Amino acid sequence: MKKKSKKRELLLQGNEAIVEGALKAGCSFFAGYPITPATEISELLSVKLPQRDGTFIQMEDEIASLGAVIGASLAGAKAMTATSGPGFSLMQENLGFAVIAEVPCVIVNAMRGGPSTGLPTMPSQSDVMQARWGTHGDHPTIALCPSTIRECYDLTIKAFNYSEKFRIPVILLVDEVVAHMREKIAIDDEEDVEIFNRIKPTVPPEWYIPFEDTPKGVPAMANFGDGYRYHVTGLTHDIRGFPTSRPDEIDPFIRRLFRKVSQNFAEVQIGEFYQADDADITIIAYGSVARSARRAAADGRERGLKIGVLKMNTLWPFMRTQVEKVLRTSKVVIVPEMNMGQVSREVKRVNKGDAKVFTINKVDGTIITPQEILGRIKEVS
Amino acid sequence: MSYRYDIRLSGSGGQGLILMGIILAEAIGIYDGKYVAQTQSYGPEARGGSSKAEVVVSNAEIDYPKALKLDLLLTMNQKSCDDYYMDLKPDGILIVDSTFVKQLPTPRAYQIPFTRIAREKLKREMVANIVALGAISKLAPIVSSRAIETAVLARVPKGTERLNRDALKAGMAAAQKVKKISFPIAPAGFEDEDT
Repeated sequence: MKKKSKKRELLLQGNEAIVEGALKAGCSFFAGYPITPATEISELLSVKLPQRDGTFIQMEDEIASLGAVIGASLAGAKAMTATSGPGFSLMQENLGFAVIAEVPCVIVNAMRGGPSTGLPTMPSQSDVMQARWGTHGDHPTIALCPSTIRECYDLTIKAFNYSEKFRIPVILLVDEVVAHMREKIAIDDEEDVEIFNRIKPTVPPEWYIPFEDTPKGVPAMANFGDGYRYHVTGLTHDIRGFPTSRPDEIDPFIRRLFRKVSQNFAEVQIGEFYQADDADITIIAYGSVARSARRAAADGRERGLKIGVLKMNTLWPFMRTQVEKVLRTSKVVIVPEMNMGQVSREVKRVNKGDAKVFTINKVDGTIITPQEILGRIKEVS
Repeated sequence: MSYRYDIRLSGSGGQGLILMGIILAEAIGIYDGKYVAQTQSYGPEARGGSSKAEVVVSNAEIDYPKALKLDLLLTMNQKSCDDYYMDLKPDGILIVDSTFVKQLPTPRAYQIPFTRIAREKLKREMVANIVALGAISKLAPIVSSRAIETAVLARVPKGTERLNRDALKAGMAAAQKVKKISFPIAPAGFEDEDT
């Protein structure tokens, strides 16, 4: 049966497209504290969620915001919050809680200049490593990074899907340029998009083992209030959810947390190559800078330089397969970022001397321009 | 062959430049059906300080979303005119709010007192941005008058449609007037090599 398409053509801001994506994915709960450049997400959801019987709460701060999101998710809601660097710092504690208690949720961090209050209205990409290692303890991370308005929509849906599928908090890292940029997007409300909902227990409550290991590594998750009573704690726990200090229970638990993501490594790797096949020089970029990179490549090709681009949409887990391919086939790899070198560090880590890796680090609160990338290419090649 | 048309609307915070950018992008993107990317930069303060909105137009997907060399520059105060004039292409269009811009970097500028028109004719200084949008639709070949009118009316608060339509018309009329004062245009084929 052919579904009727109801296409809406809209001029949307990155933040607005994130809201559309979240609603499409089934988000029914938002708790947050407004902060530039993520405020529009709260603003819009405060209108749209109540219209759909969802819940919007403005909390007293970001610590409480993520706390509320975790609670809502445990009760069965698809929940998210949105913030920027200062708020993301406050969320780190609860982020770790969501990791160890395996609570699906989505955290949007619209990156502005830091440290601290930094540059409220100016772009940066300096929270890449914070997304990876901000909360303490060994843990896997999934972080996605859009560079167009379409990707804001699509990756928000993916973020919810991954969080539900792997029972893990997923971080959407948007830079201020993309968060506030507007582009035309066609949204088809009837479109069949893959939406994943967490696996619920099929056994009766008395048989339910809340943190049981399964081949996929992801235990079924019961909603609080559905009659499945279990214990949730930030302490390292056994399969029943109770604190444990037995090494033979701790080790498999921590390893399972990692296995949830590593077993599905390929599935969570999103990125795109542009004219990379014959490229001598490849630019590896993400977020708004990936757009500068594509422009630089197009301009460079007009001047006879064989430039390709690898756009990364998944920042964590690091796209080493694609990056290694680029390192093998190119002579020179350029990594432009609006920070002092966070992804370039990873590129250098996986480089086995195949290519020369050069960085462009811009930390003045403005986007890297295509001319700056071309200038650097001329300098090094 | 794809083209790029880069627009910057600049002035100080509170003049409504970002809203102008949104409306212009909506007119060109949604109602005229082209590709658009609209960005902005502004300071932490709500009023005062520098503010600018940029719109890039193309017939193909847009890579770099910020303006490169400008085809159209609107400056609503002296500082933005001084700061951004150098980014204009040799054959680019410069439009200034002559209420505030007194020193022109080039004789080839359209001077229209948007703020004065808004204040005196429409009795509401805050619609100066809409007056300017009306003028842009007549002076630049990038947006149709029809699209701009539809976009303005779709964005402004309910109950202000009439005021805004009058503002738009006032801007269009003022543009028609300055257009008659002709000035030399850069020769055809004179293109900037960076774009």
